[in-house]
Amino acid sequence: MKLKTFKGGIHPPDNKQWSEHKAIEDCPLPDELIVPLSQHIGAPAVACVEVGQQVAKGQEVGAAKGFVSVPVHAPTSGEVVAIESRPHPGGASLPAVVIRADGEDRWSGDLQGADPSSLSVEEIVEKVRSAGVVGMGGAAFPAHVKMSPPPEKPIRTLVFNGVECEPYLTADHRMMLEETERVLQGVAILQYVYGAERVVIGVEANKPDAIALLQKECADNPVEVMPLEVKYPQGAEKQLISAATGREVPSGGLPMDVGVAVHNVSSAAAVTDAVMLGRPLIERICTVTGPAIREPKNLRIRIGMPLSHLVGVCGGLTEEPGKIILGGPMMGFTQAGLDAPTTRGTSGLLLLRDEDVAKSPEGPCIRCARCVDACPMNLLPTTIAAYSRRDLVAEAEEYCAMDCIECGSCSYVCPACLPLVQSIRYGKAAVLAKKRNS
Amino acid sequence: MLAAILSLGCIGMIAAIALGFAAKKFAVEVDPRELAAMEVLPGANCGACGFPGCAGFAKAVIDGKAEINQCPPGGADVVTKLARILGVEATTAAREVAVVLCQGDNQKAKLKFQYLGLEDCNAAQKIAGGAKACPGGCLGLGSCERICPFDAIEMTADGLAVIGREKCTGCKKCIAVCPRNVIRMTPYESTTHVLCNSNDKGALVRKYCQIGCIGCHICKKTVPDAYVIENFLATVVYEEDADAAEAIDKCPTKCICDFSESYPDGSIFVAVKDDNSDAA
Repeated sequence: MKLKTFKGGIHPPDNKQWSEHKAIEDCPLPDELIVPLSQHIGAPAVACVEVGQQVAKGQEVGAAKGFVSVPVHAPTSGEVVAIESRPHPGGASLPAVVIRADGEDRWSGDLQGADPSSLSVEEIVEKVRSAGVVGMGGAAFPAHVKMSPPPEKPIRTLVFNGVECEPYLTADHRMMLEETERVLQGVAILQYVYGAERVVIGVEANKPDAIALLQKECADNPVEVMPLEVKYPQGAEKQLISAATGREVPSGGLPMDVGVAVHNVSSAAAVTDAVMLGRPLIERICTVTGPAIREPKNLRIRIGMPLSHLVGVCGGLTEEPGKIILGGPMMGFTQAGLDAPTTRGTSGLLLLRDEDVAKSPEGPCIRCARCVDACPMNLLPTTIAAYSRRDLVAEAEEYCAMDCIECGSCSYVCPACLPLVQSIRYGKAAVLAKKRNS
Repeated sequence: MLAAILSLGCIGMIAAIALGFAAKKFAVEVDPRELAAMEVLPGANCGACGFPGCAGFAKAVIDGKAEINQCPPGGADVVTKLARILGVEATTAAREVAVVLCQGDNQKAKLKFQYLGLEDCNAAQKIAGGAKACPGGCLGLGSCERICPFDAIEMTADGLAVIGREKCTGCKKCIAVCPRNVIRMTPYESTTHVLCNSNDKGALVRKYCQIGCIGCHICKKTVPDAYVIENFLATVVYEEDADAAEAIDKCPTKCICDFSESYPDGSIFVAVKDDNSDAA
């Protein structure tokens, strides 16, 4: 049987062999944790503790500001030693709460779990919000916002994202294998919240063990485990919806416009913790991998661990890395160093050697249209990029630059090595700036 | 054969008469002064006047919608010629040239990280505020060089924009494109400039740049009228007559430079002098 997928996309070497068979290990605590107040899309949290204060694990240290915002919590017990600007994975220095761990790792006593069947939908959404659960695939969009769709847009289909299409990363794969129960419990809670009629867990066919296990566990409930063709960027929301349901999210629209909601499998597990144990999102699974690390691992990390600590836990570097990427190689954030801390969106830390990231010289566009074939959003990357490079903002917008999901498939296939996605991102920023000014 | 020649000849004759008639009948009247003005304008269509190209400016001048001194690239020469065409008195605006207030190239200023993205300063600035550790320094990716309609800007091998004083016409396109506001307009007559754009404290400047202004006030003590120091950065007061050049040798980081002698032929001036590096 032919596996389902979306139109376009690319087949980069998946390089998951480094870590896909390694069981999740608990990462030891560093002396100092740096908890950024901005770890999600939306307004940053506001610090609600003082320097010198003792905090318990799971205690709120940053309060949410507005609806599209979530609180942040202490990842371990200890003392707040500073509230100041620290390096952030995004590149800039942003406010963070620095906590010196006391080694006791003592949970806060205020955290109360509950049986989800005894709670109303609103109570569950509130528990998810106060636990700071965000989309853990990388974009870090607050989950409670997604879970509160307007009544005129009912969600009939709920899709869980176990695709993990980024090369190298295996965090979600290990999560589905080793914490199946937590994931499926979260699936059940979210199905109850949305009142969805159909629930699909999409998993790419390069994870046959996870597919088999999930299918076995879901044999007697209506959750459908769907193997998908291996292709990047299947894990992007709109592409996954297209693959799993055949529906297309309209330009500028949201999944709820076609009656679908998408959550990552790791987010589902975080929802389980938030509702049943009352525990906030302070840890996640992160793949530390790449040719420049001595011992690739899947680690259970706390939020706020410096990247250098993760590297140390994995046996250190084999050589000076050519590129340090937080997330996957296609859409991750390149880091200037190992000073930044992990955040809720940190699905992986990738260390590449110089020879892995050699930059080829740019050539002229030969109009071969490989980028057009690869674009999963049916755009004309070469045209939008050319307009963006020439600062023709209105023209770039007319060619739907804002629909670009920045997956980088166009740059990957370009035989002339043109920086297509980079140019389009530049153009998108110009379009946004123009909208702000008008 | 004869028939062919005759028939083609007749067609040609008829067409010629028709065209000649049409040319007279539908002729568009153009103010001869507008054509004359077009002749004297530089023709670079740089847009510095605010009108759509030189033709737009010529029309605006003739219609009285623009002043004759609104063409910075043309300079005094164009103003006199336009004044003659319009029969008015020439009012020359003081000539201004753009100067890159930075000497921190890749040898002298530190980078926060290695930037591998688009070769464009505005794109680079969006990635964590640019790779250069100094928040005001030249990013060196050449956006100004590409936009300059007069080829007056050149990038040095070490990634620093330098502006040829004689070639610069003062159209300000480079100033508009620069994301770090490191280019300023200065009077052509003033040749001494403080080549630094960092508002950080001296100790911090020293950490990331060998040749930045540290706000030590020595220049102001030497020539009090010629310098003003704000936010740990010295700036030449161009309106004053005081000789700012007297402080050049006193500056401990050599960030004050004089442009008067360095390029007699209008060629690109490289601000970093070699004899200074020997001393340091």
